[in-house]
Amino acid sequence: MSQEPETTQGIASDEYDRVEPPIGWDGQTLQEMLDESEQLLEDTGRYHGRERLEMKEDEPFQYERMFSRLRGALVNARETALHISASAIVREIGELAFQLYTPEGDCIATSTGIIVHVHTGSLAIKYMIEEGYEHGRTIQPGDIFCNNDNDLGNVHTADVHTLIPIFYDDELIAWADGVTHEVDIGGSTRGHDQLASTTRYEDGLYATCEKIGENDEVYQDWRDRAERGTRTPMFWDLDEKCRVAGAHMIREALTDLVDEVGVERYKEFTREAIEEGRQTLESRVQERLFPGTYRDASFMPVPFKEEGWNPVSQKNMLNHLPVEMEVGGDGGLSLDMTGASPPGPHPYNCAEGSMQGGLWVSLTQCLLHDGKVNDGSYFAVDANFPEGSVVNPQDPSLSYHTAWGSIMPTYQAVWKNISRAFFARGFREEVNTGYSESGDTMSGGGFNEVTDEYFPIAPFDLSCQGMGASASRDGLDYAYTMWNPETDMGDIEEWELIEQGLPFLSRHIKPNTAGHGKYRGGSGWETLRVVDRSYDMSLYKHVRPGVTNSTSGMHGGYPQATNYSVRVHNTDLEEQFEDAEYPISDKVPGDLEEDVDGDVVRTERGIYFPTTFENHDLVYYHMGGGPGYGDPLDRPFDLLKEDLEKEIYTPDVVESVYGVVGDLDEEEREFEIDHDATEERREEIREQRREESQSVRSFIDEERDRLVDRDLSDPARRMYSGVFDRGDDWSDEFREFWDLPENFEINME
Amino acid sequence: MSTDKSQIEKLIDGTLPWPELRDDVLPDPKDPERFETTIEILQERVDWDDRILVPLNDHLYVVAGDDGRTVKAECGHELCSADENWKLECDIRAREEQEETAELYPELMTPDPDWTFQIREYFCPECYSLLDVEAVPAGYPILQKFEPDIDTFYEEWLDQPVPDGQ
Repeated sequence: MSQEPETTQGIASDEYDRVEPPIGWDGQTLQEMLDESEQLLEDTGRYHGRERLEMKEDEPFQYERMFSRLRGALVNARETALHISASAIVREIGELAFQLYTPEGDCIATSTGIIVHVHTGSLAIKYMIEEGYEHGRTIQPGDIFCNNDNDLGNVHTADVHTLIPIFYDDELIAWADGVTHEVDIGGSTRGHDQLASTTRYEDGLYATCEKIGENDEVYQDWRDRAERGTRTPMFWDLDEKCRVAGAHMIREALTDLVDEVGVERYKEFTREAIEEGRQTLESRVQERLFPGTYRDASFMPVPFKEEGWNPVSQKNMLNHLPVEMEVGGDGGLSLDMTGASPPGPHPYNCAEGSMQGGLWVSLTQCLLHDGKVNDGSYFAVDANFPEGSVVNPQDPSLSYHTAWGSIMPTYQAVWKNISRAFFARGFREEVNTGYSESGDTMSGGGFNEVTDEYFPIAPFDLSCQGMGASASRDGLDYAYTMWNPETDMGDIEEWELIEQGLPFLSRHIKPNTAGHGKYRGGSGWETLRVVDRSYDMSLYKHVRPGVTNSTSGMHGGYPQATNYSVRVHNTDLEEQFEDAEYPISDKVPGDLEEDVDGDVVRTERGIYFPTTFENHDLVYYHMGGGPGYGDPLDRPFDLLKEDLEKEIYTPDVVESVYGVVGDLDEEEREFEIDHDATEERREEIREQRREESQSVRSFIDEERDRLVDRDLSDPARRMYSGVFDRGDDWSDEFREFWDLPENFEINME
Repeated sequence: MSTDKSQIEKLIDGTLPWPELRDDVLPDPKDPERFETTIEILQERVDWDDRILVPLNDHLYVVAGDDGRTVKAECGHELCSADENWKLECDIRAREEQEETAELYPELMTPDPDWTFQIREYFCPECYSLLDVEAVPAGYPILQKFEPDIDTFYEEWLDQPVPDGQ
C-alpha cells in the first residue's frame, strides 16, 4: 500500500517512513531510469521503445478511463486549489496549472491553465535526478521541492513550481507539479515581469530545485525567507498553499487509481500515454501539413537608450529571432533558430526550457487540440535553440525575468510557418497569422492612503488581445492571448478590489490596431485609469513591441499597428470630477490632450520604466491587434462598413488602405458607402502600387549599397553585428544573399 | 468529418456562415479529401490550363506547365521556376519614412523611422495584387518562406503519382 500518514486538515500528524535509494522502478535508481528512457528513445525513435500500444489496443476503455481520471484529477486540483489563492491573477484569471510526471520527469498529463509549463517541470525533475538528489539531498515521501530558476526549468521568474514526489510501496511512481504566476517575486522593482532587470541579481527570489519541506509541511525557514523576499507576502503564502494543496490532491487521486488498477498496469499506461502523444503529433503533421521547408523571422525591439537604468543597458537593441522549420516526409517536425541574437542586458533572455514551453503552448493550439497532451509532442519535435543565443543562453547570471519578450515574437514566426502548411493543404480555417503580444500593460504598486497597506498593480485583462486573422475569417477581437488558451479579461471590480489605488475610468475599442487585410486581425482595446487615494505609487509600462513591428502579416496582409505610451501627470482631474466629467479615450493618439490638462508624456515606445505617480495622474494603456491576412483590396465592402461602425478603423485609414469612401454618422454609427468615389479611390491605389514600386532586383542593388555604406540605424547595426559575432551559418547566408565578400562585417564602430 | 464541395467553395470565398464553419469545418477529424477538393475548385476558377500542384497564397500557385514546375500568379503571370524565391521577381514598395507608414496607421502606431525598419510590400508585376507584406529591419535578406516538397507529398503522403509525372 502507499505510504500515507494520517492527516488532519492537510497537516501531517505523523512522519512518513523514510525510503532508501534506489527509489526508481524495479530496483533502478532514477538516473538509471532516465538513462534507459533516453537510450530507448534514441535507439527506437519511440518513447520507451513502445512500438505497439498494447494496452490502448487491447483494453481501450480501461486505458482511456485511466487517462481521463488522471486528467480529471489535475483539472480538479486546479479548479479547487485556485480558491485558496487570494491573488486575482491566479483566482480570477487562472494563472496556474498542474502536471503529472513519470519518475524520470516526462509529462503524462496536464490540467488546463498555463500549459506552457508542461515541459518546464520536466526539466527541473531531470536536473534533480542528474544532480543526484536521490542519494544526497534525498527524495522522500512527503517532501516538497520548489523551483523557479529559469535556467533549470521555468518560463520566467514570477512562475513558481511546487513539486512533490509520489510514492507507492517505497517506489517513486510519479511527480506532481503545481505552478502559479506570482504577482510579485521581489527583485529590483515592483512588478511580475520586470523591465529594469538586467542580471539575475536584480530578478528577485529564486528557488533552485530546493527542498522546501518534508512530511507534507513547508519548512518555516523557507516560508519566512520567501515571505520576506517578496512585496506581497500574503499572496505568496496563499499561492504556495494553493500549489501544495493541489499537488496533494493529485497524489491522493493517483494513489486511489493505482490501488484500483495495480501499479504495473499504471506504469505501462504511462509509457503508452506518452508514446501515443508522440505518435499523435506525427500523424497530425501528415494529416494537416505539407512537407517542405518553411522560414520566417521575428524581431524584438528593446528601446532602452533613453529609458534604461543600468548604464550597460542604455542602448537601443533589436533581437533577431529567425525560425526555420522542416516538415519531414516521415511526419517529423523540426525547428531551428540558427541566427538568433546573443543574450543581452535586458530581461528578455530566455532559457531553452522556456522556448520548449512556447513551442508546446503553440502546438497544442494549432496542431494538437485534442489527443493526449503530454511530453510525447516534445519528443516528436526536433528543436534547435542555439546555445549561447538569447533563446538558450546557458548562463544563469543573466536576467530571465521577462522571457516572454523572446517567446512571444518567436512563435509568431512558428505560427506563420505552420499556417503556410495549413494553407497549402487546403485547411484555410486553421491558418492563424499570429497575435498581439500582450507584454505587461502596467505593473508596479503603491500604498493605500487610508489603510497604509501595499497593493500591487498587475492587471491581467492584458490576456485579451487581438488574434491574428485566418485565411477564412477575421481574427478574434480583444479575446485572445497565446500563452493561455483559456483567456479571460476578468471583472473590473475584481481588479479594483486588489489594485485599490488605480480605478478604471473607461474601457474602449482601440481603433486602427487591427492588422489590415482581406481578413483583418482582431482588434485591440484601450483603458484609462486614474491614481486615487494612494501614496508612493510607482508604475511601469511594459507593452511590446513599440518602436518596430515584431512580425509581419501573411499572404498580403499587414502587420498590426505598433504600440505607444502616454501618461498625464499634474492633471486637472480633481476639478473635472467635481463636474462629473473626465476623459475616457485616446482613440486616435492625441485625443487625450483635448480632454485633460496636465503634463502629457507621449513616446513611440510601448514602455516606460518605473515612474512615480501622484493622485489624479492619468494612466493609459492599450492592447494590440492581430496581424492581417491577404490583400486589403480583396476585403468585402460589407465587412469594412461593419469595421467603421464598430470603430475597428477610422474612416481616413479605411480610405487610405482599403480605398473605401463614404459618410460615417458618428452619432448613429452608420456608414454609407459612396460607390463612385470608392471605385475611383481603389483605382488610384492600384495606380500608386504601379508608380511607387520598383523591381525587387533593383531594390536589392540599392539595399546592398546601403549595407556596404552601413547606412542603418544603431539597433539594426547592433542586431547584425551581434549575429555575425556568433559566427554561425546565418551570417554566411546573409552575405551570400547580398553578394557580399566573405569577410564582410557589420560592427558598431 | 466530411465537408461537401460547396462548403469548401464558400470557405475559399470567406462566405461560409459561422455555424457551418464551427460545426462542419473546424472540428476534428478533418475531411481527408480536403486537398483534392480545394485543388479542384481552384483549378476551375483560373483562366489557364496549367495543373495546380500546390497553392501558395490567394493569388499564387506552383503549377505544372510546358516549362516544368513554375510559380504562377492567378492573373497568368509566371514569376519563376518552383524552386526559386518568387519574391525576387516581384515589384516592391518599401515603406520606411513616417509619411509612408502613416498611410497605414496613425502616428505613433507605426515603426519609429529612427530604427530604419521597413514595411515591404510585394506586388505581382502584372496585376499588382499584393502578394506578401514583410516587416523587417533595413538590410534584411528576402527569405524564401516556403519550399514545398511536392514529390514526397503526392507520392508518399497521398499515395498518388505526381500529376506532372516528374
